[in-house]
Amino acid sequence: MSLLIVNGVSKSFGGLRAVQRVSFDLAEGEILGLIGPNGAGKTTLFHVVSGFLEPDEGSVTYAGESLAGLRPHDICRRGMVRTFQVARPFLNLTVLENVIVGALEGVAHRREAVEIAREILDLTGLAGKAASMGRSLTLPDRKRLELARAMATRPRVLLLDEVMAGLTPTETGRLIELIRAIHGRGVTVLLIEHVMKAVMALSQRVLVLDYGEVIAAGRPEEVVRDPKVIEAYLGADSADADSRADG
Amino acid sequence: MLRVGLGAAAGAALLVLPFWVPSNWQNLLISTFYYAYLGQAWNILGGYAGQLSLGHAAFFGIGAYTSAVLAIHLGISPWLGMLAGAALAAILSLGIGYLGFRFGLRGFYFVLLTLAAAEICRLVALHLPILGGYTGLFITFRPNPWQFQFRGKIPYYFIALAFLGGSCAIAWLIQRSKLGTYLVAIREDEDASEALGVDTFRYKMIAYAVSAALTALGGTFYAYFQFYLQPNSVLHINHSVDIMIRPIVGGSGTILGPVLGSFLLELLGESSRTYFAAGTAGLNVVIYGLLLIVVVLFLPRGVYPTLAHWMRRRPRDSA
Repeated sequence: MSLLIVNGVSKSFGGLRAVQRVSFDLAEGEILGLIGPNGAGKTTLFHVVSGFLEPDEGSVTYAGESLAGLRPHDICRRGMVRTFQVARPFLNLTVLENVIVGALEGVAHRREAVEIAREILDLTGLAGKAASMGRSLTLPDRKRLELARAMATRPRVLLLDEVMAGLTPTETGRLIELIRAIHGRGVTVLLIEHVMKAVMALSQRVLVLDYGEVIAAGRPEEVVRDPKVIEAYLGADSADADSRADG
Repeated sequence: MLRVGLGAAAGAALLVLPFWVPSNWQNLLISTFYYAYLGQAWNILGGYAGQLSLGHAAFFGIGAYTSAVLAIHLGISPWLGMLAGAALAAILSLGIGYLGFRFGLRGFYFVLLTLAAAEICRLVALHLPILGGYTGLFITFRPNPWQFQFRGKIPYYFIALAFLGGSCAIAWLIQRSKLGTYLVAIREDEDASEALGVDTFRYKMIAYAVSAALTALGGTFYAYFQFYLQPNSVLHINHSVDIMIRPIVGGSGTILGPVLGSFLLELLGESSRTYFAAGTAGLNVVIYGLLLIVVVLFLPRGVYPTLAHWMRRRPRDSA
């Protein structure tokens, strides 16, 4: 039984068709990687799934319920939470307070939220920075905080938008371990990622998006050998690759 | 321990102060408390939730006119009328909030919406005969505590002080609650809050309604302190600026910010009047403006946060 079903979703901005008739399923307990060149429509798809954008057509069903008309906080409370590509910590709150914001919904007392937040900080390796201000964090810590806040909402599905971007290989390795640990707690993960090392290490299945359409899907080691995928990344000829790099 | 002692001493001083100082000082203190109170009301929306309102004069005016009209025409005590005014102000704020927040107005656009709403209120008041129009509304002075009318300044002093204390208590409770945490998160990053399950629309509406209702209560106080209401003073944009400037100077989003801001500006305004008003006309206003620029330039987050930061740093430096 699929936890998340995306069925024929399209989204355009003026004349630009960012996402075209995209369909896929996400099974409970799975880690699905979503890859594709820049501008392929991955983040737009995330915006639609998380309720920040309404699809022009198609539907998103989560846990048997249509998400049409629901706002992001509704979707979060149902158990599906997203992170942002550019980490957005609350700059003037401490790390602990940042995480508490995620933990407050559905608890009776603030004390419980603090307990949840502390536990999440231990899990994500941020416990030592609990009292630091959001603005003082380095990029890797901001990425971790993004993950920690999302985990504080106690999600069933985690939508991760390029959490590895800008990290060194060592940091990437640590974050892969963290995501494995989170997955080990029974959280289903949908992962947009450019860092192939992370995609290959984590994903059980990979979906490739190009120009808003799904061009390939399957096991990671199969997908990377698919000629269509190679063409999408490298271009049929160099002119094509240049124009895409500009876009 | 030191803070408790200081607080108790300050409290005791405030209780005996009005009996010791001359009448013009009483006025000054009442005005300080009263603007600190209005600043605190504004602070809940503008400071904590980060939604800048340049139209709080509208809620103030509604509070002032509602209680005055109910008392003049129906003989209803302003103590009750002020609650009606607060309810009306809250309803208006929910209307403006619905328009602004449902359609995603942020930043300058929300500011303009609040300003426009207040201007509409002013124009309506200017043309409503029951509110006295241009001439204004006079309240006949008949001393009676139940009618919110008192002889001398001292009762007003204590009412203003109680209002201020109440508003600070409300801000303190909000700051400690889920509501307060969410408001600050919304101020910091609305989309990120929404993604984390915060119903940003609902919490902004709550903040707006609380802020508007408290502001309206302050309007009733003004009506029965001045005994005269005129749309071009009560509902004017200048008045909206007067309400918001104190928490901004003192430090918005903090409990002590509006209080400190009010004391500072009252002191600034009064001293520039005392020392510069006698010579060239308007010089005192220029001096006031210049001093304001200096404060904002050097303490961009407000006086209180800078002061608190400095106080925290000092013991460590000397150790």
